[in-house]
Amino acid sequence: MPIEFEAPKPITNAQFVLKTVAEEMMRPKSRYFDEHEHEIPWDYIEFMHNAMKAMGGSSLAPKENGNGKDADKEKRPPIGYQLIAAQLEALSWGDVGMYHCLPGGGLGAAAVHSAGTADQRVKFLSRFNGDKPTFAAMCITEAGAGSDNSAIRTRAVLDEKTNEWVINGEKIFVTGGDKSFTEYEKLGRGFIVVWASIDPSAGRAGMRGFVVEGGTKGVKVVKLEHKMGIRCSDTAAISLVDARVPFENILGSPTVEKNNAGFKKAMATFDATRPLVAATGVGVARAALEFLKEKLAESGVKIRYGLPRQKLTSIERDVIDMEIMLKSSWLMVIKATWMADNKKPNALEASMSKVKAGDVATKITQKVVEILGPLGYSREFLAEKWMRDAKITDIYEGTGQINRLVVARQILGYSGAELR
Amino acid sequence: MYSFDPTEEQQMLMDAVKKYAENDLRPAAHEAEETTELPKKLIGKGWELGLLQASIPESYGGFGERSAVTGALAIEEMAFGDLAGTLAVMTPSLFATPILLAGSDEQKKEYLPRVVAGEWSPFTAALIEYAFDFDPNDLKTTATLQGENYVLDGEKAYVPFARGAESILVYAKLDGQSQAFIVGKEAEGLSVGEEREKLMSLNALPMYRVKLENVKVPVANRLGGAAGHDFDILLASMRIANAATAVGVANAAFEYSMNYAKEREAFGVKIAQKQAIAFMLAEMRTEIEAIRLLTWEAAWKLDTGREDAANEAYLASTGAADMAMMVTDRAVQILGGHGYIREHPVEMWMRNGRGVAMFTGLAIV
Repeated sequence: MPIEFEAPKPITNAQFVLKTVAEEMMRPKSRYFDEHEHEIPWDYIEFMHNAMKAMGGSSLAPKENGNGKDADKEKRPPIGYQLIAAQLEALSWGDVGMYHCLPGGGLGAAAVHSAGTADQRVKFLSRFNGDKPTFAAMCITEAGAGSDNSAIRTRAVLDEKTNEWVINGEKIFVTGGDKSFTEYEKLGRGFIVVWASIDPSAGRAGMRGFVVEGGTKGVKVVKLEHKMGIRCSDTAAISLVDARVPFENILGSPTVEKNNAGFKKAMATFDATRPLVAATGVGVARAALEFLKEKLAESGVKIRYGLPRQKLTSIERDVIDMEIMLKSSWLMVIKATWMADNKKPNALEASMSKVKAGDVATKITQKVVEILGPLGYSREFLAEKWMRDAKITDIYEGTGQINRLVVARQILGYSGAELR
Repeated sequence: MYSFDPTEEQQMLMDAVKKYAENDLRPAAHEAEETTELPKKLIGKGWELGLLQASIPESYGGFGERSAVTGALAIEEMAFGDLAGTLAVMTPSLFATPILLAGSDEQKKEYLPRVVAGEWSPFTAALIEYAFDFDPNDLKTTATLQGENYVLDGEKAYVPFARGAESILVYAKLDGQSQAFIVGKEAEGLSVGEEREKLMSLNALPMYRVKLENVKVPVANRLGGAAGHDFDILLASMRIANAATAVGVANAAFEYSMNYAKEREAFGVKIAQKQAIAFMLAEMRTEIEAIRLLTWEAAWKLDTGREDAANEAYLASTGAADMAMMVTDRAVQILGGHGYIREHPVEMWMRNGRGVAMFTGLAIV
């Protein structure tokens, strides 16, 4: 395939449908759920679950396509990740917080998808096609281990008598942890993927993910955080005290090799998910920029494209610069996901897309609030909310700085030891 | 579909251009800048790569089909070697490509075979004018219809190889729009400055002021004939070329400073092992990628006739100016004192980098 920028049909269709969803189901509730933190948007969740089923899709969890049942489909170039990126961008244009309440496997399923066996994928991922909306979450971060997740203290010890893993530790900042773990009547049983060490002396090589089913004894959601933005998304602290999970719930090898293969697999998850998180940043940035242009147009301010900079007003320059940022960051997301779809190694492009989108989302939303002045700062409009929401995209799934580190190591060919 | 792989043919062309850029242009760049002379042989070798020839159909003496995407890919690779050399090699395109894109059939038949046949020869174009707020859509040089002729008046700047040029494609304002006119070297009232432009960089590229005083151009020499042409598409092609060369220059500066940082030691480690340096490099690479993709998209939109192609080209070129300045400035910074010394090429690239904001009109794809 030559260089091309034609969005495939499934993507333009999804963008069209999700724009309506965003306008009808998300935007009207944005302010309410921003001001009623921790309230669960049941109507929206049920609507989205049914809508996605009706559309033939199950959730935003990557599809299990190892069976090769649909021979016809296999022939077309894969666009799975590109499609998810487009969906997330469109939903985040609606509301980043509510997008997190979209039923499906999220990062938990992504971990199973990239670090699990074929059997595990079938076992753990099929639930997202069920009757009830179902969630899964990823538990990596601990109070003392954020970006440096090799410092994880949570331990998993094999009880050889029962053939169960016994997990102890405290996890924080678990996005969707409550909906994934707590057994609500309206939800299917979800799971959390807990990252723990099976051999602390082995450092990163001893790190594994464990699928911990919702409701598992000894596991408790101990706190829901109060946040600057994306308040509709629950951010849980979860404690595990002698939590027992079946032997086969370990993602990756149960024994420790001398290399980092297991940990690298965990990090490989990020190559797939970073551009997707970047896509959410692009979505909220686009929302803010479009809103600004609407307001400017209402006030009779035209943006005169094509003029040399010397002839532009300061607002025109800002808007044009923002468009350049927005468009180019979206292209970086598309390229990174296109590489993932085509099984090209994309660690560099994935992290670059996240670096860029994190920058772009924060800069654009902050600039939009500034340009709109008293309107921008007012809670009567959503611009100020978008600025608060956007900030998280430069923090989670690797801060802008961690992603710079990844990019730098990639381009320099340095190991973690060579560039700390 | 989205796709980011050049075709096999494009890749072969890029490889050939890259080889020329690295083995010929780059080694000659420093001396050319210092002595203000580009060896004729060097230009001739670049011409033989056939970038322009390959964009012109056989019926007009070439051997291919024009594609803005292919042009952008190739010119980026060449500018990675040296910008002045690239602009010199590609100068005849400034004249031929607009004729190919917007000329009448007679104009194509008359001029295209002459430009592409045989050796590199000086055909050029004059777009830029000497004003701080120069705007290609609001030219000060004017064209007015008087009987059988258009009469051109004004002054153009930064015209590459104007001295000795066979013909110059002169852009002027006609009825409020920018239009191009083919002006032969013998035209009365046309005068090319004696002295070359003295600029912050591109010293190796001979550029001149061109005065037009009551220059009569037959109606048939208006680009596209009496009916004229669409200027947007030409401007878009120039902006895409400008953005693509900016990516090439920035990439050169990025790579050079990265390699330097991996060699240079301070406090017992390579300076690339310091986050302060590593993060600069990461951001440089990221911004290069951003503008490269935006440029490709603009080129693809132009090739496929999208309505927003011209605007996309504007955004790409505008973004490229910032990106090139940022990246080349940092390259100098990473080399520190050495970056400021002319023995290293980064200071020249930084001077090139600032130029991107004014170079629209010096290249076209």
